[in-house]
Amino acid sequence: MTRSPDHERVLVVLPTALMRLFPDSERELTVCAMSVRDLIDALEARWPGMRDRLCDSQPRVRRHINIFVEGERATLDTPLSPGAEVYVMTAISGG
Amino acid sequence: MPTRVFILLGTKKGAFTLESDEARRSWALRGPFCETWPMNHVIADPATATIYAGGGNEWFGPAVWKSADLGQTWTHSSDGLAYQAGEQAIKSVWSLGCRDGRVYAGVEPAGLFGSDDQGQSWTHVAGLRAHPTTPKWQPGGAGLILHSIVTHPRDPDQIWVGISAAGVFHTADGGQTWAPRNTGTRCDYLPEAERYPEFGQCVHCLVMAPNQPDLLYQQNHCGMYRSQDGGQNWQSIEAGLPSSFGFPAVPHPRDPSTLFLVPLNGDIAGRYVPDGKAAVWRTRDGGARWQAMRDGLPQENAFFGVLRQAMAADRLDPAGVYAGTNTGTLFASADEGERWTTIAQHLPPILSVETLVVDA
Repeated sequence: MTRSPDHERVLVVLPTALMRLFPDSERELTVCAMSVRDLIDALEARWPGMRDRLCDSQPRVRRHINIFVEGERATLDTPLSPGAEVYVMTAISGG
Repeated sequence: MPTRVFILLGTKKGAFTLESDEARRSWALRGPFCETWPMNHVIADPATATIYAGGGNEWFGPAVWKSADLGQTWTHSSDGLAYQAGEQAIKSVWSLGCRDGRVYAGVEPAGLFGSDDQGQSWTHVAGLRAHPTTPKWQPGGAGLILHSIVTHPRDPDQIWVGISAAGVFHTADGGQTWAPRNTGTRCDYLPEAERYPEFGQCVHCLVMAPNQPDLLYQQNHCGMYRSQDGGQNWQSIEAGLPSSFGFPAVPHPRDPSTLFLVPLNGDIAGRYVPDGKAAVWRTRDGGARWQAMRDGLPQENAFFGVLRQAMAADRLDPAGVYAGTNTGTLFASADEGERWTTIAQHLPPILSVETLVVDA
């Protein structure tokens, strides 16, 4: 992965439940991404298979996965500003 | 090294294994595996002892998990396990099958996928959903699920699938084209004049007699059936059973005329064992006569059911039979159903039971 200047990168925080599925993943990382879609691409490139866990084949963010950008629930089209903080979280679900 | 006998469980909270030796008297339980995802079906490829577990998680979607070391370590993949962009997303994997190293996965909404690389990647067997009846397929109580995958012992191009509630479909060309195989199976939930349609039956479980591809059995929402021509025609064999409703059907590993069932009290009567008394019902003559096997099973206040993939036989002689309940109890018989013992309790609802025998 080409390193971009720090000011073009965004911070991503992953949920521990996702990390258990990808044992070499990291809780916090920075990636170069202009949108949530770019961010998902970056995660997939680093940990193959992660896209399928976060997005369905429509494609869209899975119903019970929340991706928050600057405190707002995002879609794949949500733009990311340099330095943005992105939180990937598991929503209330299950049984 | 002695023979190792494994029972593989899919449950609402992960996969489990139980291990014993050939005597099958005591069992060691391990699990839950697969991060406690709901696992609809856990099978083993007998040629390689690789374990596959299919399911789906509310948060992270569908996947097939795999263990090449008898459950100690697991990986997962859903690479290719998807319909075209814009189509309905796959919710979960419902059933697995394998033949000569090729692994099949049946999914919800109903469709079939295949893998030629031990579950690393999947390809849609698109001919099934291209069938002209597909837009009219209706879901059963568990959704529109492909839950039974039956392969041919000699012809790799022949596959039968069971879909709730679309019925049985068969391909003779490796999945390119499919035909309904439901003649003679009834739909009590349709108006009387329309009870024997070409498709739309609520098949619950479809199995093949050992090494006899013409001899199929199916437990249906509405009756118990046998076919002697590969599913082209079905005959009722429910006379003598306490109910026409149940989920699993388990063939004997060697005898084509022996079958095990767990009839329940009815589709809108609670779906538990009749009168609260548990029995596995066995035929030795292809369904002409049925015998209730009760020794060791609870005979009062039993209000559980056994789901469609939650009973199995092993390949030992005499064959072991195993039934897992939707209340988390696992019953086992080491003598073809004559006597039963409880070998696990307090598990999550059991969704599937399969076996693996590993020789020295």
